[in-house]
Amino acid sequence: MSTAREEILQRVKAAIGTRAPEEPVAREYSQAGTLSEADKLDLFVSRLEDYNAHVYRCAAGEESATIAEALTARGKTKILIPPGFPAARLPAGPTFIRDTGLDYRDIDATEGALTAATAAIAMTGSLILTHSETEGRRALTLIPDYHLCVVYTSQLSETVPEGLRALAARRTSPVTTIAGPSATADIEMTRVKGVHGPRVLDVIVVSDK
Amino acid sequence: MSIRVGESAEAATFPKAAKKLLQNTQLRRNVRRATDTIRAKRAKVVEEMPDWQALRTAAQQIKKRTLRDLDTYLVEFEKNCTAAGGKVHWARDADEANAIIIGIIQSHNQKEVIKVKTMTSDETQLNKALEAVGISPWETDLADLIIQLGNDKPSHIVVPALHKNKSEIRQIFLDTMGLKELGHTPEDLAGAARNYLRERFLRVKVGFSGANFAIAETGSVCVVESEGNGRMCVTLPDVLITMFGVEKLIPSFDDLEVFLQLLPRSATGERMNPYNSIWTGVTPGDGPKEFHVILLDNGRTKVLADEESRETLHCIRCAACLNACPVYRQTGGHAYGSIYSGPIGAILTPQLQGMEHSTSLPYASSLCGACYEVCPVKINIPEILIHLRRKIVESGGAALTERMGMAVAGYTLADSGRLATVQKLVQIGRQPLDAIGLPGWSAARDLPEIPTQTFREWWKARGAK
Repeated sequence: MSTAREEILQRVKAAIGTRAPEEPVAREYSQAGTLSEADKLDLFVSRLEDYNAHVYRCAAGEESATIAEALTARGKTKILIPPGFPAARLPAGPTFIRDTGLDYRDIDATEGALTAATAAIAMTGSLILTHSETEGRRALTLIPDYHLCVVYTSQLSETVPEGLRALAARRTSPVTTIAGPSATADIEMTRVKGVHGPRVLDVIVVSDK
Repeated sequence: MSIRVGESAEAATFPKAAKKLLQNTQLRRNVRRATDTIRAKRAKVVEEMPDWQALRTAAQQIKKRTLRDLDTYLVEFEKNCTAAGGKVHWARDADEANAIIIGIIQSHNQKEVIKVKTMTSDETQLNKALEAVGISPWETDLADLIIQLGNDKPSHIVVPALHKNKSEIRQIFLDTMGLKELGHTPEDLAGAARNYLRERFLRVKVGFSGANFAIAETGSVCVVESEGNGRMCVTLPDVLITMFGVEKLIPSFDDLEVFLQLLPRSATGERMNPYNSIWTGVTPGDGPKEFHVILLDNGRTKVLADEESRETLHCIRCAACLNACPVYRQTGGHAYGSIYSGPIGAILTPQLQGMEHSTSLPYASSLCGACYEVCPVKINIPEILIHLRRKIVESGGAALTERMGMAVAGYTLADSGRLATVQKLVQIGRQPLDAIGLPGWSAARDLPEIPTQTFREWWKARGAK
């Protein structure tokens, strides 16, 4: 008796029959963006806000002050951070807990998480995390009810193709793309904010180019 | 062989089921309202994409290429997924898939599994198989949860509980979640689902998912979702099992850039859905320690074998064709007797399950073409419907009256003299025909008006002037 693998592959080969000549894929869709840096940034911010993310903008060097401002606005005092999040960017005041393999239930008991990102896409208001040392493992930005993400304009692409290609070598790390807080359209097809993922998403966009 | 598409083999015929459902005015109102909402949203976000047609063309070409060399891509995926620490299983049919999944869960002595919405597991009736051996499956997608708690059947591919409105959903939650009180807004209902499932997300050791895309080049899997339940299921458990149909492969990582633009805009009318998870095998220190993939055939290679309809396998399950379909919008999804409803269901179910089980489905369409127009991967559904109808007729599956009618029409139209005679007879015989009607056919249709003059008569008269 043949194995399922052999049999399925055999069925596939038989079903395909004579192979037609290979046709090229015409990638005639927009790949590179066309907007100026300023317009791209404005688009990104408006798309984030469209999905109920709150956006802060600041210059390079002002990260810690802006982090403090965002946390104060939300009344957060105890925040999880990934193992490699730069200490220099942390403001005095709130307590930051480094995730060095915390239990999921401990993460569930925290007020939120602060992370960096790998890339961002203006057109869709997406943040892309590849869960590096500054972004933390996936559970960190999933279990808590609040996510504060710091992203740099040098990481910002205009289009989806540009954004995904920016992942380059990190594309086989776990990848999470985030567009706004957790939501559902399952009740009468209307987008409702907040189901299982973080119900509140704040984004700090730092201009560094 | 036990190819199975949910309960479609035992389902009532479409006209019979539809007739009953059309009397449910609440359901019709709910379906109409939800599909109106989603159609308007989709139209708006598609409108703003000047390169939409170019994206559709690229998607169609990528899918065509995938199917052309599917054997190669499957082996490539297997190699790369295995190299990254995944274990790849192959399942010929529903029973084989369910047995593999049960085996994995039992090898870990677990009694529960958290599930993110997976059409293939509805095909194989996995939940029923799990319950039979004492394993509890927890559906975590909000709509699937509504269906599971309400002991209902899915009526839509993307939003399975589309036929329920918010007050009906509220009642299901009140009846089954053990709540003392519950608000009336959609936010209240979403909050109730969050509380209900949170403890299970943290407790259950086995997760189960489907996949929207599987990338041959990297061995990665991609799950597209909104709520975060998908992220929970693929991240928190120790063991993750992911099952998808063999046609879900795409050749390269870069191909995602096409589908991740088309799918959210087509499915929920969003520029981007809140979350996409892409992962490759096992990552130490992040997520499950054990990852299983099940590559499912369950009839797909049969579909692949028919050159004229194989593009059915291009489908990315966005359900835009359901929302656009004038038939679906009247009957809702249950009339199709399958987890795959609407136009795509009308071509997919018969091909997967076997034509003999669903001869009425390819006729559940007016062939208006709205489905083809909105399809993000350009599946020519109307043409495939006609192809399947032809197959049904050729295998003797059409009604005797239809076959006789077609034979008479063929004889008449083959000769202009015969046609003229019949046209005269029809003009004279119209009134008695109105009184009797055509059995079956005229029950839901009016006979067309018969003009007093035929085209040929008019043409002749015109030429004489």
